[in-house]
Amino acid sequence: MRPFEIVGGDYKAAQSVESIVYNPKLVNFRFVFMLEVSNLACSRGDHRLFAGLSFALHSGQVMQIQGANGSGKTSLLRTLCGFIQPDEGKIAWQGVDVRDLAEDYFARVLYLGHLNAIKDELSALENLRISAGLSGIKLNESDAIAALRRMGLKGRERLPVKVLSQGQRRRVALARLLVSDAVLWILDEPLAALDVNAVALIEELLDEHLAKQGMVIFTTHQPLKVAGVEMRSLSLS
Amino acid sequence: MNKILLLLIMVARRDLVLAMRRRADVLTTLIFFVMVVSLFPLGVGPETDMLRKMAPGVLWVSALLASMLSLGRLFSADYLDGTLEQMLLAPQSLSVLVLGKMAAHWMVSGLPLVLMTPVLGLQFDMPLKAVGVLMLSLLLGTPVLSMIGAIGAALTLGLRGGGVLLSLLVLPLCIPVLIFGTGAVGAVTDGLGYSSHLSLLGALLVLAAVFTPWVAAQALRISME
Amino acid sequence: MAINWFKYSAPTMFYPLAGKLIPWFAVSSAILFVAGLYLGFVVAPSDATQGEFYRIIYIHVPTSILSMFLYLVMAGYAALGLIFNTRLSAMMASAIAPTGALFSFIALWTGALWGKPMWGTWWVWDARLTSELILLFLYLGFISLHASIDDPRRADRAAALLAIVGSVNVPIIYFSVKWWNTLHQGSTIKFSGTSMQVTMQHAMFTMLAACWLYAAAVVLSRVRSIILERERHTKWIAELSEVQS
Repeated sequence: MRPFEIVGGDYKAAQSVESIVYNPKLVNFRFVFMLEVSNLACSRGDHRLFAGLSFALHSGQVMQIQGANGSGKTSLLRTLCGFIQPDEGKIAWQGVDVRDLAEDYFARVLYLGHLNAIKDELSALENLRISAGLSGIKLNESDAIAALRRMGLKGRERLPVKVLSQGQRRRVALARLLVSDAVLWILDEPLAALDVNAVALIEELLDEHLAKQGMVIFTTHQPLKVAGVEMRSLSLS
Repeated sequence: MNKILLLLIMVARRDLVLAMRRRADVLTTLIFFVMVVSLFPLGVGPETDMLRKMAPGVLWVSALLASMLSLGRLFSADYLDGTLEQMLLAPQSLSVLVLGKMAAHWMVSGLPLVLMTPVLGLQFDMPLKAVGVLMLSLLLGTPVLSMIGAIGAALTLGLRGGGVLLSLLVLPLCIPVLIFGTGAVGAVTDGLGYSSHLSLLGALLVLAAVFTPWVAAQALRISME
Repeated sequence: MAINWFKYSAPTMFYPLAGKLIPWFAVSSAILFVAGLYLGFVVAPSDATQGEFYRIIYIHVPTSILSMFLYLVMAGYAALGLIFNTRLSAMMASAIAPTGALFSFIALWTGALWGKPMWGTWWVWDARLTSELILLFLYLGFISLHASIDDPRRADRAAALLAIVGSVNVPIIYFSVKWWNTLHQGSTIKFSGTSMQVTMQHAMFTMLAACWLYAAAVVLSRVRSIILERERHTKWIAELSEVQS
């Protein structure tokens, strides 16, 4: 990880790290954000959803995307995932364009969309292990069961998902948060179809993730509290 | 390298498990194949000589149609439940995932047709050697159909009337496979060497295996936008 | 002095340029058509074995050459659009497709007309005719894929990928069909005279140039309509004199 990059100054004088430490004026630094979005524009068909959107997010920060229905929240999140190519602007991860990083960027991202990405024919356990496998994580059975139990699915690990309720299916999808090693969580309406207990559990997971210097970008129509860190918000209109 | 192979196996195994839990889909493709092949004698008459001559073409065209029938399902289920989004975000190359799905599709919809061929060959009074070559040509050719078809399936993802459109896009591209496949059987019944046909089919298979996963992956990225 | 080629790759610049070029292409195409048809059907001598029937090649050959050439041009524009993300290239590709399809249709039709007096049958499974038929299928696939996707950007990109895959496949298809044809000893359309007369050559090249200019004129005017349609919400379209009146 490179927290900063050198943008100018007297390189010859700054020959060692020590010389920079003792005389910081030798070199000009620029702080490099983990995720930096600059001048982003996106449209669907003829309709311009947003333009000139810029923000930066650093480790341990959380941001809520706000806006009315159809204001482009989901499109923004999908653009951040690289599914949609922006009309203009750039998304950079540690100062490098994500389009150049491609799979190296995807490895850092966990995306949870409106769709649960689980198969009705498979059990909760199989679903979780397969989606972990797709993200390049080898998940053994006991860890998967532990994650599902923490999501409140004790006793239902081996049932086919089609017999579970909507809220329980969402919990199966959310169990991915527990087994992932991604830094940036992009969550689209994570609280949809969840009951009060589950919402509290999600808040707990977000706190843990942020405490580990993770980053979260999410949308929600329900109140979501995060302890410890300031919740930033970005409004699309 | 090992990691890529493991991923390939995992994706293919997942699709096979899903196919086994929805066995009806697999069977419909096979039944369609058998039915179309059996319709031809009813359409053109029962003269054994003519049937024997027609058999390779009939079986190949039917296999082509049967594989078109099942291609619509290749990506659509994953598209509808959001799994495809997760695949696009996978930290490994999407082409490998696509290749895994192609392999599973072939095992579910191509391999059963190959195994069914001897029975249908008997219906058409094909000589034993010709049946053998026909099976070999289908074994080499049907994977190519799954691979080329995957490009069409990815391009028509989520479109209205996608199934018919898919056939329209893919069938012309499959013509070389058809020609070399039936050509091999024609050569063996004429008492000529069939190895050149089969090596050309093999060459098509290798070419398809190298290029189509990448093209289909690009098509998926285009369609998911 | 360096010419900025990219200047004309923007629809704003290309639209008026195309407008200026179209009349030139159209008029010269019309003149060459008249000249080519006169040369081919009146001046050129009749063929020793085929009599007067052979004269259809003055339409058949140029249209079939152009139908194949246009497919490559279309795939080339499609590739440019996909790689450099230029709007105009994708528009050019979708403007070429209908003209290419028309040419391959005419080539098939005239091939059939030629076949009837020559072999007494409208259709022979000749390698070139069969390839032409498959080429028509490829064009139709491109057009229908483009038409069935609502989002223009996805339509452009998806159809572009198909065109590229098709153009890679065209040689494979051609050779496989040719091979299949020789195996089955089918009849092949051959020009009987080994050496073409000079007038015949002139007539042929005139017709080829006429068809090419026709294609250029039609494609450019189609691109202009596509530009108008796609960019209808932009300011520069609203300021165009033909839109305001």
